[in-house]
Amino acid sequence: MNNESMTRELVLPGDLLDDGTMKPGEGTFVSDGKIFAAMLGIKSVKSNFVNVIPLGGRYIPAPGDMIIGKVIDIGPSNWLVDIFSPYPAPLHVNEVPWRVEFGDTARYLSVGDTLLAKVLSVDETKRVQVTMKEQGLRKLQGGQIVEISHSKVPRVIGKNGSMIQMIKTYTNCRIFIGQNGRIWMDGNMEDMVHAMQAIKMIDEGAQTLKLTERVKEFLESVYRKEE
Amino acid sequence: MGGNSDMKLIDENGIRIDGRKVDELRPMKIEAGVLKSADGSAYVEIGKNKVLAAVYGPRECHPRHMQNPAKAIVQCKYNMISFSVSDRKRPGPDRRSVEISKLISEAMEYVVFTENYPRTSIDVYIEVLQANAGTRCAGLVAAAVALADAGIPMKDLVPAVAVGKVNDQVVLDLNKEEDNYGQADLPIAMIPRTGEVLLMQMDGHLTQAEFDQALEMGVRACHEIYALQKDALRRRYAIVNGEAEEEPKEPAEDVIEEA
Repeated sequence: MNNESMTRELVLPGDLLDDGTMKPGEGTFVSDGKIFAAMLGIKSVKSNFVNVIPLGGRYIPAPGDMIIGKVIDIGPSNWLVDIFSPYPAPLHVNEVPWRVEFGDTARYLSVGDTLLAKVLSVDETKRVQVTMKEQGLRKLQGGQIVEISHSKVPRVIGKNGSMIQMIKTYTNCRIFIGQNGRIWMDGNMEDMVHAMQAIKMIDEGAQTLKLTERVKEFLESVYRKEE
Repeated sequence: MGGNSDMKLIDENGIRIDGRKVDELRPMKIEAGVLKSADGSAYVEIGKNKVLAAVYGPRECHPRHMQNPAKAIVQCKYNMISFSVSDRKRPGPDRRSVEISKLISEAMEYVVFTENYPRTSIDVYIEVLQANAGTRCAGLVAAAVALADAGIPMKDLVPAVAVGKVNDQVVLDLNKEEDNYGQADLPIAMIPRTGEVLLMQMDGHLTQAEFDQALEMGVRACHEIYALQKDALRRRYAIVNGEAEEEPKEPAEDVIEEA
């Protein structure tokens, strides 16, 4: 890795990123041959591409993303799923692991159900389709949902899953993280409260130094008290 | 616009009634991210003006017929609170606020990369808490900061300022008295980097020479305001700067994990 990719610099919309030696990546735009930041975020350079990593904003679905959705409407041959994004996503009966008769959709999933799904396709007008026809994808029974900004999902997971692994070991909760910023968890009531607090901590301090250590300290302190 | 008023608004030394020089801005304060429930927000004080802006979206466009399959629409709503002026303002939209809402929507629509979010709407709510001339400019300044705070992709921040003519002199950033009894009012909003003008209106009369002078003065002031807008956003995200951890980039299959 080169030195450039290690620098972390806050950029604002309209800030000059590079005057043409690099290639424009995500969150940037080109004007007069120069590259500018299109949004508020952190500048990052990867293999000759300048990118801006956003600090907020809404989740925009991309094919292949694992997401946690909520059923908001039922049709005769599909369900409408809210995926925590500006675009609702239909889930067709052909895309579920069960054999569903026409008009029999409500027997399998009803309004308010939470499901683990995958984004199947997104067309140019951002019409989204989701699927559950893959291993591991299913309806989530029980548990609780926490919603955070999708841009903070990588922080909650941590390097090679270190952060989430730590929360799981301490709290003994089952946790799923959707790419859309929804987190599902199930476990003891008290454990879930602690896990939720830890996630809130990460959400608020996503860009601060030594976050993993602080979350560890927090978890250690609450579990020491209980023993 | 009082036209030929005999009110003396500038003294012999070129000092205005509030003690400013002709090319001086009012004291300005900008704060980003002041509201928790909105996606982005900003609070702006320009002299006695107090303006709050909140941004929601991009979200599903509500009256479906207003959706654009190719791009997002920007809907701004400018509103003056009933206690924002000395006589109670009758609440609700009126001719003036509808005009200003449209003007600001069109200015913001030009800077936002609307094609990134087809079929959605980006809603900006501007509330004037206290008015003292130049609220449309203050509203625009706040709206631009709030949009950036919401993480919406845009070409640049938008500064705006009003220039006017008072006692036959071109002056910057009119206050209430100068606006009411002056001879002209010229609000300007622009993209500082390219010099593109996003909003310009003129009330009253200016000669060509005066107009050129006013524009030049406005452009200079816009750059000043632009610096303040950037500073507000930098302050809001200060923790980010310099002390962040490395970005963990994990393979996609790691995203969903089970204990």
